[in-house]
Amino acid sequence: MKKTVHKLFWIWDFEKEEKWLNEMAQQGWALSDVGFCRFEFEECKPGEYAVCLQMLENNPCNPESVKYIKFVEEMGAEHVGSWIRWVYFRKKTDDGPFELISDRAGRIKHLSTIIHFMLPLGLLNLGISSMNYSTLGAASLINGVLGGVLLWKAWELHAKREKIKAEQEFFE
Amino acid sequence: MKNVALTEAVYYMLLSLIKPMHGYGIMQNVEELSGGRVRLAAGTLYGAITTLLEKGWIESVDAEDASRKKEYQITSLGRTALLDEIERLRELYENGCRITQEDAQ
Repeated sequence: MKKTVHKLFWIWDFEKEEKWLNEMAQQGWALSDVGFCRFEFEECKPGEYAVCLQMLENNPCNPESVKYIKFVEEMGAEHVGSWIRWVYFRKKTDDGPFELISDRAGRIKHLSTIIHFMLPLGLLNLGISSMNYSTLGAASLINGVLGGVLLWKAWELHAKREKIKAEQEFFE
Repeated sequence: MKNVALTEAVYYMLLSLIKPMHGYGIMQNVEELSGGRVRLAAGTLYGAITTLLEKGWIESVDAEDASRKKEYQITSLGRTALLDEIERLRELYENGCRITQEDAQ
């Protein structure tokens, strides 16, 4: 049996998204495809799969990304799908827990990729908002608010990255 | 300082690649060597392989059959780095033993 769930996760909610996808797998629904605010699931044994998502440094069709996805597949995971820069993998849980990044340096790099994706989007929205203010008035505030939230959330991710960097000075 | 410390992951990877191995083999070997303590995630392993190839510490082995998984092995440069690291670890270990033992007496 299959089912489709429509759900919105903002860029900065990627951990929440991963947690939700793993809860679905725990309940017997393994992720089988992704799209815009769309998640396809197929029935599995409860807990049969674990799901991981990651923002790639390039678009999914870029040769570097293709090489990376192929490598992760060779490591025993299945490539479920990609959406913009996000890539989704699932792996059977019988050979241990599934993680894509197990080191601090890797986690720092991943956060940097997401921050660098969010910053221009935030600035762009603020720019559009200020340009349209004279003609659209309050309607231009939508871009302004979105831009503000993007920058604020990027700053939160930056704070998180700094915390991991501080730990890295101490532990490997 | 001549060289900085290698991460556990890189150290065990270099040690594994004294024999040619593919990605999955490295992961399994590192886990086995460390008694299950060091588990390399796929993305982390990929990043480390890329960096080690750039540094010239490992190289990919030409596969006779292109459809097979890519194998890697340590280079002489990588071997030197590994031996330097073993020397550094020996110093850390011996100092640690000596000073804590003196303190215990």
